[in-house]
Amino acid sequence: MRSTMKGPRLVAVFLLGVLLFNYPLLALFNREVSVHGIPLLYAYVFLAWALLIALLALVIERSR
Amino acid sequence: MLQSWVIIPVSLAYLGTLFAIAYYGDHRADRGRSIIANPYIYALSLGVYATAWTFYGSVGRAAADGVGFLPIYIGPTLMMALWWLVMRKIIRISKANRITSLADFVSSRYGKSAALAGLVTVIAVIGVVPYIALQLKAVSHSFAILVRYPEVAMSAQRDSGPILADTAFWMALVLATFTILFGTRHLDVSERHEGLVAAIAFESLVKLVAFLAVGAFITWGIYDGFADIFARAAAHAQLAALFAPLNGAAGSFANWASLTVLSMFAIMFLPRQFQIAVVENVNENHLGKAIWLFPLYMLAMNVFVIPVAFGGVMHFSGAAVDPDTFVLTLPMGQRQEALALLVFLGGLSAATGMVIVETIALSTMVCNDLVMPVLLRMPSMGLAERRNLTGLLLGIRRGAIVGVVLLGYFYFRLAGEAYALVAIGLISFAAVAQFAPAVIGGIYWKGATRAGALAGLAAGFIVWLYTLLLPSFAKSGWLPIGFLENGPFGIGLLKPYALFGLEGLNDITHAMLWSALANVGAYVLVSVFTRQSAGEEAQAARFVDVFRHGGDGPEVHVWKGTASLPELKALLARFLGPERASVAVADYARRRGLASPELLPADAGLVRFVETALAGAIGGASARIMVASAVNEDVLSIEEVRTMLDEASQVIAYSHELEHKSRELMTATAELRAANERLQELDRLKDDFVSTVTHELRTPLTSIRAFSEILHDNPGLDAEERQKFLTIIIQESERLTRLINQVLDLAKLESGRAEWQIAEVDVMAVVEDSINATGQLFRDKNVGLETRTSQVAPLVRADRDRLVQVLINLLSNAVKFVKPDEGRVVVDVAVTAGMLRVRVTDNGPGVGIRDQHVIFEKFRQAGDTMTEKPQGTGLGLPISRQIIEHFGGRLWVESVPGDGATFVFELPVAQPAAVQKPMAGLARGEDMHAAAPQE
Repeated sequence: MRSTMKGPRLVAVFLLGVLLFNYPLLALFNREVSVHGIPLLYAYVFLAWALLIALLALVIERSR
Repeated sequence: MLQSWVIIPVSLAYLGTLFAIAYYGDHRADRGRSIIANPYIYALSLGVYATAWTFYGSVGRAAADGVGFLPIYIGPTLMMALWWLVMRKIIRISKANRITSLADFVSSRYGKSAALAGLVTVIAVIGVVPYIALQLKAVSHSFAILVRYPEVAMSAQRDSGPILADTAFWMALVLATFTILFGTRHLDVSERHEGLVAAIAFESLVKLVAFLAVGAFITWGIYDGFADIFARAAAHAQLAALFAPLNGAAGSFANWASLTVLSMFAIMFLPRQFQIAVVENVNENHLGKAIWLFPLYMLAMNVFVIPVAFGGVMHFSGAAVDPDTFVLTLPMGQRQEALALLVFLGGLSAATGMVIVETIALSTMVCNDLVMPVLLRMPSMGLAERRNLTGLLLGIRRGAIVGVVLLGYFYFRLAGEAYALVAIGLISFAAVAQFAPAVIGGIYWKGATRAGALAGLAAGFIVWLYTLLLPSFAKSGWLPIGFLENGPFGIGLLKPYALFGLEGLNDITHAMLWSALANVGAYVLVSVFTRQSAGEEAQAARFVDVFRHGGDGPEVHVWKGTASLPELKALLARFLGPERASVAVADYARRRGLASPELLPADAGLVRFVETALAGAIGGASARIMVASAVNEDVLSIEEVRTMLDEASQVIAYSHELEHKSRELMTATAELRAANERLQELDRLKDDFVSTVTHELRTPLTSIRAFSEILHDNPGLDAEERQKFLTIIIQESERLTRLINQVLDLAKLESGRAEWQIAEVDVMAVVEDSINATGQLFRDKNVGLETRTSQVAPLVRADRDRLVQVLINLLSNAVKFVKPDEGRVVVDVAVTAGMLRVRVTDNGPGVGIRDQHVIFEKFRQAGDTMTEKPQGTGLGLPISRQIIEHFGGRLWVESVPGDGATFVFELPVAQPAAVQKPMAGLARGEDMHAAAPQE
């Protein structure tokens, strides 16, 4: 909890999330294609979301 | 079996469980063994974000526009990443100032303004009460559907029967009772409700389990997994269009982004979120785990939303079933009674959790920030004379709870199926987003003023009213629809959904844009052009610099006036009750290190303490009024406040500086001590050196003098004897000369005054010269000398004469220690890894392990110098090592005692290595060198 790096790291994750969930990147996946039966956009949104959560957990639990 | 006589008892049993959990939580809290003091409960209780709107409504939105609803949960995920910075600061500030609601927070920041607190409360009530109505509607609606089991049908127009026969009404009353019981047990200075939070965390768990259960059932029970649902949906004309719903139009992405931003603010500023995240927070470190656990909760809550939506649309294709009810109607259609009941309970938990927390938050605001300031200002109420106001306060609080819940209920009765209720979720979000500039600006920008915050909030709120709330009334038929289509009075530019002609965005994005512009614009502009009052400036500093002042630093008390301890205690007792008041004062006295509360000085610190304690009970603005009425305050000028703040920050800066200086001083002292030790060591070495040198000089001098005296005193000595003595005198003189030369040489080397003539030197020639120079010594003792070389003769950068000096020293040392006739000395030159290595090996007695370092020290020789005759000056090896190290190499000895010694030195090979000569140099004769032979 004492790490001064935690704040900057979390801001970096936030910025990554803003990129992942906005226009240019999101548009790349907005296609009528399926991956393993799941529409591409849906698969992308949920995977990116899970990735973001994993990063948050990593930053919180690791930087002590 | 799903008749109302089953559903109602089950629902009541569920609510009973909630009561039990809340009771247990409070019970444990009273004994100081909190069950909510861990990050997992904190993260779960944040799940109050997921209301019935999420539970039922997400599916409905997903059926209409695919992933379009997800920003409502992705936005908070993003915001959580910033919580470590923003929310931690808000929590720290709130704990330091005993802030108990959002209105209190905003008003405290801007000089405890009652007007601001009132405005925030009004916005929150208008924005959120319809949202409460929506929850009541969800419960009564889902109940109405469930009782019709096994028939799956939408209840048509809601029967507006008598209120007493309305489930929603009884529901509202039960919730109000629960909230009163666990939300207003007593007036707490911190306004925390442990039992309630435990119940909310439990509700979060129930709704998650219910939703996952129904999602899994629909995905794998009715269909054959995700891929199956999507494969069938792809064949469905209406659903296939939702696979890539953000189709290119800039509007879709803008809507997505605005929804994200909106929900980022909602997760912080919805009154219930503020209540759970800030007011009910036990320990700010719980924030850490919540930052990733809560997003994980939301992800789990949403995994099945799209499959359920698509599954429902395909399942009820053609039938008039509202997509909002799919989670309930799909299991009902499959005759899954237990599951349907579980879903109903899940929806109930989502709705009740939201209503309970939202009501508490709103009632705190209504009581502290609307009712109390008015009552306190009305002399006719005679409040000033009442000795104990705790009962009154609790009464107001409870009245506010019933009022808020009933307001929600009547709005629900009034609005029914109207658009104004259906669309209220996002409209509520947009309302609370208006708090963002005032709060976030307030904790980072000291210059923001009360007038700026008032102007920003008012402007944003008015735009919100005009572009979202009034249109929703128009769509509900409460206002003429022409207001929407043609603008008010037919003015096209003022159409609420296309203000000033801005079209192509959806209503929420459009409203967000204009209200943000109005809000932030007014906030910044007015702040820049108005001045803060004295109190405001103090509060601004307290908020913005909370991490600097909070905790360890001295607290700044911006106050001047006269007060009396009994009056302040009486004031506290009136609002907290006599017992709590005296406990609080005793605590405070102990913190200040005083034995008895009677000893407390009635100073600025005490006044501030009383005001903060009161703020916990009646809000910052009311507390200000009360304290001002109880003490004689001098009006502070802005300059005085500045001076006080400056002094405080100067004291802090000064103490920081002092700490810094003392740290520096300590390092400097340590360095000095080390340097001093080193100096003493050097001094000792110098003394040793001088005494050794004089000792060494005296030995030859003594023998010269002794033999000279013999010659002088005995003129009759025979020629042979005389010759022998003279030889000794000459030898000893030579030794003396050598010694002095070496001492001078060493002094020159050590002082760095030696002259070096560095050039590229052919090592083989050096070896050859040295061998020639020492040849006589080997012949005298009949010692064999052998030279081994690799194929190339490397060049090194060195002073040729100095190098010869080293080699001669090593060779003469070697020859000195081997036995006559049997001795053998080998000189070996080789190149390894860019280093030239010269080894001089003898088969003498060798050097003991312990002596291997000693022999490189000045005047130190292997063996016992007291009993054995010294075999040299003891300066040869130290000089040689200095020389080799000067050339960037190193010199050492390898030896096994009794089996000879090898002296090795290494030098870096000169670059470029291209110029390499064959071994020819060895054969060439070179001039003898003038360097004195070394011993």
